[in-house]
Amino acid sequence: MSGPNTSFDPKQVASLDADAVSGMVEAALAEIAAAADLAALKDARLAHSGDRSPLALANREIGALPPAAKADAGKRVGEARSRVKAALEAREAALEVERDERVLVEEAVDVTLPTDRIPLGARHPLSTLMERVADVFISMGYDIAEGPEVEAEWVNFDALNVPPDHPARTMQDTFFVASAESGVVLRTQTSPIQIRAMLDRDLPIYVVAPGRVFRTDELDATHSPVFHQIEGLAVDKGLTMGDLKGTLDHFAASMFGDGIHTRMRPSYFPFTEPSAEVDLECFVCRGASVGNPDRPCRTCSSEGWIEWGGCGMVNPRVLTAVGVDPSVYRGFAFGMGVERTLMFRNGVSDMRDMVEGDIRFSLAFGLEA
Amino acid sequence: MRAPLSWLRELVAIPAGESGRDVAARLIRAGLEVETVETVGAGVDGPLVVGRVLEIEELTEFKKPIRWCQVDVGPASGGVRGIICGARNFAAGDLVVVALPGTVLPGGFRIASRETYGKVSDGMICSERELGLGENHDGIMVLPAGTGEPGDDAAPVVGVGDEVLDIAITPDRGYALSIRGIAREAAIAYGLAFDDPGVALADLPAPLPDRAPQECGTDDAGGCDLFTMRTIVGFDPAAPSPSWMQRRLVACGMRPVSLAVDVTNYVMLELGQPLHAYDMDKLRGTVRAGWATDGEPFESLDHVSRILRPDDLVIRDDRGVIGLAGVIGGLDSEIDDATTSIALEAAHFVPEVVARSGRRHKVTSEAGRRNERGVDRDLAPYASARAAALLLQFGGGHYVGLTAVESAAEHRSIVMPATEPGDVAGVAIDETTVVRLLEAIGCEVGSVGGRLSVTPPSWRPDLTDPIDLVEEVVRLHGYDVVPSTLPTAPPGRGLTHEQRLRRRVATVLAARGLVEVLNYPFVGDAELDALLLPAHDARRRTPRLANPLSEEQPHLRGTLLPGLLGSARRNTGRGAANLALFEIGSVFLGEVEASTQLRPAVSGRPTDDEWRGLNGLLPHQPTQVAALLAGQREPDGWWGAARAASWADAIEVARIVAETCGVELGSRAGSDPSFHPGRCAELSVGGAVVGAAGELHPRVIEAAALPERTAAMWLDLDAVMAASPPVRPAPSVGTQPLAKEDLAVVVDRAVPAASVQAALAEGAGPLLESVRLFDVYEGPQVPEGKKSLAFALRFRAPDRTLDAAETAGARAGALARAGETCGATLRT
Repeated sequence: MSGPNTSFDPKQVASLDADAVSGMVEAALAEIAAAADLAALKDARLAHSGDRSPLALANREIGALPPAAKADAGKRVGEARSRVKAALEAREAALEVERDERVLVEEAVDVTLPTDRIPLGARHPLSTLMERVADVFISMGYDIAEGPEVEAEWVNFDALNVPPDHPARTMQDTFFVASAESGVVLRTQTSPIQIRAMLDRDLPIYVVAPGRVFRTDELDATHSPVFHQIEGLAVDKGLTMGDLKGTLDHFAASMFGDGIHTRMRPSYFPFTEPSAEVDLECFVCRGASVGNPDRPCRTCSSEGWIEWGGCGMVNPRVLTAVGVDPSVYRGFAFGMGVERTLMFRNGVSDMRDMVEGDIRFSLAFGLEA
Repeated sequence: MRAPLSWLRELVAIPAGESGRDVAARLIRAGLEVETVETVGAGVDGPLVVGRVLEIEELTEFKKPIRWCQVDVGPASGGVRGIICGARNFAAGDLVVVALPGTVLPGGFRIASRETYGKVSDGMICSERELGLGENHDGIMVLPAGTGEPGDDAAPVVGVGDEVLDIAITPDRGYALSIRGIAREAAIAYGLAFDDPGVALADLPAPLPDRAPQECGTDDAGGCDLFTMRTIVGFDPAAPSPSWMQRRLVACGMRPVSLAVDVTNYVMLELGQPLHAYDMDKLRGTVRAGWATDGEPFESLDHVSRILRPDDLVIRDDRGVIGLAGVIGGLDSEIDDATTSIALEAAHFVPEVVARSGRRHKVTSEAGRRNERGVDRDLAPYASARAAALLLQFGGGHYVGLTAVESAAEHRSIVMPATEPGDVAGVAIDETTVVRLLEAIGCEVGSVGGRLSVTPPSWRPDLTDPIDLVEEVVRLHGYDVVPSTLPTAPPGRGLTHEQRLRRRVATVLAARGLVEVLNYPFVGDAELDALLLPAHDARRRTPRLANPLSEEQPHLRGTLLPGLLGSARRNTGRGAANLALFEIGSVFLGEVEASTQLRPAVSGRPTDDEWRGLNGLLPHQPTQVAALLAGQREPDGWWGAARAASWADAIEVARIVAETCGVELGSRAGSDPSFHPGRCAELSVGGAVVGAAGELHPRVIEAAALPERTAAMWLDLDAVMAASPPVRPAPSVGTQPLAKEDLAVVVDRAVPAASVQAALAEGAGPLLESVRLFDVYEGPQVPEGKKSLAFALRFRAPDRTLDAAETAGARAGALARAGETCGATLRT
């Protein structure tokens, strides 16, 4: 190594001539370009950019040059070192990208592996169906009304215009609690909630009442001693059967699709008069299966209509029994079997599936019916 | 009520082309629930003709006597045919029904010319059963003389092809439990005239002058306001009822018995009036309706001995009770096959009285069904005249006359604005239409200034209020004219807090992997025994059903666990290994008194006392939530080993329920007898016990045949929700740096971790942000009988960075407090 040329001896420093510097750069660039991975690049960095690299050594020789030559050589070496540094950085960046891509590929997993470590549970479809029905009515301004399952016979029957020895009492086979004289029964219908709503609430009343009811039927494919109804009640001035019909139509369309409407057939319930059975236009075939053996419909048995529930105008005697003046107020009420609705809506073929609590049944529905 | 179309056609001129289904559709539209339309002799296909037996040759060389008959079936059907017949109940000259070759009989039995008993039998002489008309196979059908000529189509003669409408009659329409009532509806539905057979008195011969008719009476018009007897003597008890009558009875679902019984049934079906025929020779003195005395015995004709009560209305003679009025007759006075003197009862009983006795004595009879719905108040003498005429016509004998007692019938009239039906329906119905429709059902209608005064007919006791008339008008006008309008409900308030929480709890549990079940609420002692509940447990003092479906499960549940165990068992029985179930539902606590006198009138709102009293009859019915976890909580898989469900998972479910409600759940070692005594947490809210959770008792698990270590929890959801804050205050979220301190303490093994944690939190002071137990250790590193609990403490000040001294001070305070209250020492 040459010492500082303090005497300004004009001796020649061979390593600083233009060709030599250029050669060093070429060699460095070639080796950098040839580096196949980050390890090779590290070697190239040491060789061409490190303290003992030719360019670093050349840089030191600048001090030995006469002042007149220093600027020229300094500029030349500086530029050379910059070019090498830039090449190193570029190559390093490229190699890092290559490495990252390779590593991520190596870390790949089989994303089709099962991920059911804590699977979702389920609501019972009857529960979610009742919530759904309730929501339709809540959106119309109705409240949800509730009542006890063990109910006073007076509320379940007497106040609903079913006197003690009326044959209508035997329409519904009643579970008596404690004894037949206790005045306490398992409610046979959700209609006693109407009585409670009218006794507890201010007029006008618009409520919907989902609930569990009880009748002494043995469990089979189509009957259960314990089942669910959802009931609606409106008591207001000037209500008509047309309002009842419109409400049922809106309900049907909300649950089964736009344009699906209902039909009323005269019937009898002690607590409504006029009374009607509610039929639902078949939401599957919309009547296209009627008289058309080529397009049979399993949902409505090619009838075009599905029996859905009962309804009517609240019997003035019921209003009287709860102290509502029937000359001022009229009411309408309607009720549907929830099991029955789930059966035709979702294609449940056996009542027992809704009773037994087999998780496979409910899991198929998840959180919505 | 089964109504043959041919019978309806006798009363109404229903257009010839109308099928049973067409008529059914009209009746359904008017509110009669036609359930089925059946065809009589369905399955008969091909020619059935009337034949006249000309000659009979008895063939005797076979095992049984056989007849070789020459039968004239008319020139169009081949004139005289030879037919083999095994029956013997006919003679030459009789008219019979012949199935010609090519005819198919019910069951796919095809008639053909075939050689049998050495002859070629060229057709078949038919019995009722062979044609699907009834069960009678004692012989072939012999048609009454003059029924027709050989070669006539026999199908209409014997009713083959007739259609029968089966109609479910609602309790308000007693009048429709008769051909008369249904025919009236059909007449209105078709807009046809109706010639009412219930208001025409049958012709009867003049009564015998020298015989006294059976006397009758009534003790109380409040039970029986019309009682009639017609008497016939010299009746031939062996006279059969005519085949057409028998066929109609069969078509209506009744069994032909004898002429006298068949006639009473026939007239009841036709007109709707129950009749009872007594053997007059078995009666003593006046037959009267009156109340039973308490404990009076009575043997009904179904051979059941009954004990009567003072509010049973009975029929009695001088010897005692001979009938439960309107429900069932007595054994002693029944007609039999030697009866020649008949006393025929037709009466009007108060419907509620009949209903009460029928219900109490558990008798359902055709008469009871009609009487409890209300029979036409004026019908009795007409119906008994019709029956007497039939008895005399087919059974001979002499008419002795009528005796009757009657209190004046009440003629109610109902006043109603003529616009009322339209107002209720929501569509205008003009007064002319209203009056026309009311008159069609038999009402007399007067109109003054838009107000109608309507007197219902005697056969419509159900019409008492204006709204009853509204229903009649609207149903006959047609429900399909009712428009579809929407009322404007006042703005609603949405779900209540509790309703929202119940939904959230259920959804959260489902999201945690639990499956909702809805079990029956019935339980029995065996299930409660299996839960190890002691005799005094409140969950055993629940209401008992008077008429349970199963004597094994007569009680209502006081706990949801039996249902969950049952569901779990069903699932494991079907192969499910891992279960997480929950149920939200009512339980029933407390017993129900066996009798009450509380029955408020329905003429107005019950008083507050009455309403409180009614609610006071009921048991406490809180909503509970319960869960059961069995098998693996997290299954094994490619990620590693399974994690078994444990007591901790059950407590976690309970805690999540409470957290969902925004409620802090307290827990400490509990002693619910259904649970493992060392692995049961008693759950509380604000110090009140609201549930339990943990591992079920091994004996409970074993009895339910569930996986070992099955865990469960139950919570009084109502109590938890009651503590739920309606509004939840926002926290202040500090942004200053967090200081972390971990701390391991050693305590006696029996010290609950929750107590240590509570002490640490208390001692750490206001800078503590959170404390969490992250490790429990027992073993050689700590002294015998001790355990190490490691906690992560997190500190933060709201306004500054904590320095080391402050954090250390708080940590020391926590440790000191845990030392004081729990004997905790720093683990070194």
